[in-house]
Amino acid sequence: MASFTINGALHTFDGDLEMPLLWYLRDELGLTGTKFGCGIAQCGACTIHIDGAPSLACQTPLALAEGREVITIEGLSPEGNHPLQVAWRELNVAQCGYCQTGQIMQAAALLQDTPNPTDADIDGVMNGNLCRCGTYPRIRAAIKQAASKGGRL
Amino acid sequence: MIFPDMGAGGGDLANVSRRGFVAGAGLGALVLALGLPRRSVAQGQGEAKFGADGMPNGWRDDPRIFVAIAEDGTVTITCHRQEMGQGVRTSIAMVVAEELGADWDKVRVVQADGDEARYGNQDTDGSRSLRHFFMPLRRVGAGARMMLEQAAATRWDVPVSEVRAGEHAVIHAASGRSLGYGELARAASGLPVPERSSIRLKDSSQFRYIGREGIGLVDNHDITTGRAIYGIDARAEGMFYAVVSRSPVYGGKVASLDEAEALKVPGVVKVLRIEAPSIPSEFQPVGGVAVIARNTWAAMRGRDALKITWEDGPNAVYSSDTYRQGLEAAVRQPGKVVRNEGDLERAMAGAVRRVEAEYYIPHLAQTPMEPPAALVRIQDGRCEAWACTQAPQVTRARLAQRLGLPEEAVTVHVTLLGGGFGRKSKPDFVLEAGLCSQAMDGAPVKLTWTREDDLSHGYYGTVSVERLEAGLDSNGRPVAWLHRSAAPTIAALFAPDPKHEMPIELGMGFVNMPFAIPNIRLENPEAAAHVRVGWYRSVSNIPHAFAIQSFVAELAHAAGRDPKDYLLDLIGPARVIDPTDLGDAWNHGEDPKRYPIDTGRLRRVVETAAAGIEWGRPLPRGRGLGIAGHYSFVSYVAVAVEVEVGEGGAFSVPRVDIAVDCGPVVNPERVRAQMEGAVVMGHGLATSAEISFKNGRAEQQNFDLYELTRIATAPREIRVHILPGGNYDRPLGGVGEPGLPPVAPAIANAIFAATGKRIRRLPVRDQLST
Repeated sequence: MASFTINGALHTFDGDLEMPLLWYLRDELGLTGTKFGCGIAQCGACTIHIDGAPSLACQTPLALAEGREVITIEGLSPEGNHPLQVAWRELNVAQCGYCQTGQIMQAAALLQDTPNPTDADIDGVMNGNLCRCGTYPRIRAAIKQAASKGGRL
Repeated sequence: MIFPDMGAGGGDLANVSRRGFVAGAGLGALVLALGLPRRSVAQGQGEAKFGADGMPNGWRDDPRIFVAIAEDGTVTITCHRQEMGQGVRTSIAMVVAEELGADWDKVRVVQADGDEARYGNQDTDGSRSLRHFFMPLRRVGAGARMMLEQAAATRWDVPVSEVRAGEHAVIHAASGRSLGYGELARAASGLPVPERSSIRLKDSSQFRYIGREGIGLVDNHDITTGRAIYGIDARAEGMFYAVVSRSPVYGGKVASLDEAEALKVPGVVKVLRIEAPSIPSEFQPVGGVAVIARNTWAAMRGRDALKITWEDGPNAVYSSDTYRQGLEAAVRQPGKVVRNEGDLERAMAGAVRRVEAEYYIPHLAQTPMEPPAALVRIQDGRCEAWACTQAPQVTRARLAQRLGLPEEAVTVHVTLLGGGFGRKSKPDFVLEAGLCSQAMDGAPVKLTWTREDDLSHGYYGTVSVERLEAGLDSNGRPVAWLHRSAAPTIAALFAPDPKHEMPIELGMGFVNMPFAIPNIRLENPEAAAHVRVGWYRSVSNIPHAFAIQSFVAELAHAAGRDPKDYLLDLIGPARVIDPTDLGDAWNHGEDPKRYPIDTGRLRRVVETAAAGIEWGRPLPRGRGLGIAGHYSFVSYVAVAVEVEVGEGGAFSVPRVDIAVDCGPVVNPERVRAQMEGAVVMGHGLATSAEISFKNGRAEQQNFDLYELTRIATAPREIRVHILPGGNYDRPLGGVGEPGLPPVAPAIANAIFAATGKRIRRLPVRDQLST
């Protein structure tokens, strides 16, 4: 049995605590905004925040989430108007869109720590997030645009 | 009237039905305005100028199929082409809304189910959605607009010639009266659809959306908030989850299975054998053992606990190193001649200098970020699938066949695709989900491919050796050109052991090579397929363009000429070539004569990319420029690249200029996006991505070894130049694929300029440090 807070709500689970948070979010809670891409910490599609830090849901067994506060893309901002989400829309960053929730969650953590990131900062923090459509130039531009408008919610 | 079954997540799917893929569409509140026939009227004859009339089920242009208007004025447009990142849901809506005169803010988009009898061809491949459906969809919008005009004229009792639609309302200028589309919708729905010959299309000078910048993607909000639903996200009440263990070798079978431990895993409810198909396996599952469980994690753990021994079968001999040697041997011998002009032997014998080179391009995997996944349930003899498929009608037909149901009893709802790139043209994964649901007495089962599944059991891009030989005259110009292309063919999915490329593959930059050279022979030696070879974004254009555009730069070097000038010389003066004169026999069902190759357009994109990157400027040591141009999918694209090579062979791409002439443009913002994406994907296959096989098994199982371009390694600055498209009577060139082929050779040519090292084998990886 483990309990954790997800997007502000308390949840308890008494199943297999080895299950990665990714599948709990997606299959048990229906929070499908957190995506499966590789399962081995190579693509960043499942990026969420645990106690404010960017984390990979596919690498986080439920046992390790005990007592922690988890934020997913669904909980990033109530109306979906985090400055990054706005910038993503204004610049039409997405192509297929599948990786973009993970990209946005990773970028949100970046702006928490580094409100005005350089290109090197962006490379360093965003390099774990794959985009097969190749939207990197716009991801970079959107992070900078959100930062210029005060990127933290 | 009720709202039509437009496939916007029909049924009671737990997550899909609440929002129908389109946030805020408010489907339940709609009052249908334009009436909808159960079956569409047959398409007309002799109408298409450029279109899908040669593809299965052709096109439709009945507005009642594609447009609904609610009394509140909301316009709902049905998109029958699949969204995988190319922006088709937005672009198709722009076309219909344009002719309809709709306010963009009042437009919603829903996704059509797989039903080609109703919608026309739905296979989303070949970079042709807008080329094939631009005119039918303009007529859809215009026809609906004329029905609204007629409804207003009748209401006001004035001649229809006195009223005018636009801005989401019909206006009678003489009396100053106006009625909104929502107010007219119900009356319009009872009117006959205008005859095709009477349809009045807008003059393109009046376009408000088509060709306009700055239109937001219709799915932007859903995507950025995590509400967008992909195949892997579909949910239904009482659903189960499945993964499949498949033979690591294509064509292998289960020799023995012990499922006892798997069934002990908490949450696992069933283990199911899926029969291996005979080869060629077309779109059938490769067979194996499915584990069905209460959640994906339990299914994966159950799969880990299966004890299976595999009987590999004949493809266990497949190892990339030895296979490459076989291809090399093949291209060093004469092969099947697919184009022959002049007298090659005599010209070669008389040449002042001869140059030859061989190029190797490995298998590639599409790896859409969303792996293949689908949800299927079967209730009361009816099957419903929710799937990320590029080909919903094909999916429907194969599901019906495999499940033993009539096609009418199968509905395929199409979700967003988290990338496709050709992989999701094949519905094998949907069939697996269907078999699992059938084994669970029809309960909903979502089947997910892991990344290891995706890389081990793909429909890979082909592997190829290309050999080129040229004879140069005293001015360094080629007077003789021999090109042999050896690569296993996609035809091996459909026929037993074919050894030659199909017309569609030959026509991808090989036989239709447009250079002005007097003596040309092109040959296609034999190559056997040992894995499933399938479509990979731009398909055979990748190896053909890499070889030809690299070789041109090699010839330029041999001749002591500037490679850009040399390329333009080879393209020759502007002229229009009938592709059938070159032996190009296929263009998605259309007569290739409809799409002559205009070498002037190819010249212009080369010149534009060169100007963009400031070709010829002085560069510091370790930097170099490369260029390549290629015609594919009715579009002309050139790429100019700057590379910087540092200590130890590490290299980066600070800048790329890509010029595209795709004819008239519907959505320039998405054209730019597709070119940017093509540059990044092309960079990946040029520098790091490779699938190799050993003993029939793929050696790369995940993104740790199948290395794709990341943000830090991606070209830093990508500048897209869209050439003026001319009038909208000309064919719309493709956009999704044609950006890709010239990227890799441009990079290789830039590396040569920077280092003097010629890359003849992709990916580059560590070749610069050894």
